[in-house]
Amino acid sequence: MYSKEVLKHFKNPQNMGEMKDPDGVGEVGNPSCGDVLKIYIKVESNIIKDIRFETLGCAAAIAVSSVVTEMVKGKTIDESLKITEQDIAEKLGGLPQTKLHCSNLSTKALKKAIENYQSKN
Amino acid sequence: MTMKKEIYLDHAATTPVDSAVYRKMQPYFSVKYGNPSSIHKLGDQSRQAIEKARQQVADFLGCSAKEIYFIGSTSESDNWVIVGAIEKARLQGIKKPHVITSAFEHKAILEPIRVLEKKGLIESTLLPINKDGLVEIKDLEKSIKKNTVLVSVMYANSEIGTVQPIKEIGQIIGRVNDKRKDPIIFHTDAVQAVNYLNCDVNYLNANCLSFSAHKIYGPKGIGVLYIREGTLLSPLIRGGGHERNMRAGTENVPGIVGLGEAVSLVNKKKKDNERIKKLRNKLITGIMKDIPGSQLNGSLEYRLPNNANISFSGVEGEGILIDLSEQGIYVSTGSACASHSLKPSHVLTSIGLSDEQAHASIRFTLGRQTKSADIDQTLKVLTKTINRLRKISGK
Repeated sequence: MYSKEVLKHFKNPQNMGEMKDPDGVGEVGNPSCGDVLKIYIKVESNIIKDIRFETLGCAAAIAVSSVVTEMVKGKTIDESLKITEQDIAEKLGGLPQTKLHCSNLSTKALKKAIENYQSKN
Repeated sequence: MTMKKEIYLDHAATTPVDSAVYRKMQPYFSVKYGNPSSIHKLGDQSRQAIEKARQQVADFLGCSAKEIYFIGSTSESDNWVIVGAIEKARLQGIKKPHVITSAFEHKAILEPIRVLEKKGLIESTLLPINKDGLVEIKDLEKSIKKNTVLVSVMYANSEIGTVQPIKEIGQIIGRVNDKRKDPIIFHTDAVQAVNYLNCDVNYLNANCLSFSAHKIYGPKGIGVLYIREGTLLSPLIRGGGHERNMRAGTENVPGIVGLGEAVSLVNKKKKDNERIKKLRNKLITGIMKDIPGSQLNGSLEYRLPNNANISFSGVEGEGILIDLSEQGIYVSTGSACASHSLKPSHVLTSIGLSDEQAHASIRFTLGRQTKSADIDQTLKVLTKTINRLRKISGK
């Protein structure tokens, strides 16, 4: 059902856990729909220096959260905002049809975290 | 590297074919392959084999062999009962027949009812389910109307394993029918019950009862619809004269042979049920002790001995399922993330669980092959899985 890459990120997620004093936080989804993704970012001179996530959700939701943090870390804000859900799905070696909305959740959470950072600065 | 042992705790989804059942089926693929409708010797051999199986099923249900019809799946028989009863009722002049079922029935019951109602051909009542996972008799009594033609309530629920008061429902409908010209048909989908509960159709006072072989250590793709003599039901699949003009299609001979054998083994293996129940209780007790924030869904008392359905706070069921699967433990979940829809299990929400709790549910169903060491291993792995996923969710 899942690609090797999805299972790798699910079993060993990167940048997982709460961040103290983040510069921006974005949360999407709600418990009633099964998935809640929360992304924390730290920004220095327009570059995402650090990023962490907390995700309540299925294996795909956890994997997309993990992979998006890897893709974004060290990138500029503009570069990060250009990452699409297709990029994420591709990076994971594809997602099952019914799970494509999960990759959408991760870009949304990231966008929200960036907006949250921008609103403060 | 040694092969990791696999632990199968999904017996409500399907069961492995018993080796004795498999042996009985084998000749009917390539040696005794005749069509039972052929009147030569090869065909007659197949005919005799299916009639033997029919008698095995009749003995098990306490009915006559001529009341047994072989079908492809319980989904087919569920559809058949609904469509067949409605068609007959409309032919009898009942303009808008009324059907009663339960809110947490299998989709094979709920979907055909929904579609017929949408077309304006019937009206329906979905009996509510209490928090223990049971239909209440008073709700059934209240909902019977003049135009009620069919009551269909499952014997045991597929997700939470709760056992419905089928005998009591049968008695009530029997009493109602004594005073009616057009009797109500009482059907029960017994697919989860056959291994564990008394399925004698006279004990239950059922007019129709369905089940399939693959839940009782038989093959997939074959099942039974019992139709009590005199019950007015039109066929669903029309064609040649198979199954006494009630169900067209060349008989699945190896499947039917396997079904007959699987049914006849059920009573011989009943003593195993006590052992399964002890292991199930060990699993539940272990989870409650080792994993805080876990809750059993549905009554423990009125429950199949092999079922445990548990919600774990702060995690999501599909994640648990995949994590266990990666470690060789196979379970199921009521989470939408594991299904084709985006809605969580209608069974779990029907007993009052929030969407969040339903998403966080795992069904463990034990079987004949389950060993005590499997439960120990499951408890060990599950505790780690839940802790790991809770760390990821931060909840």
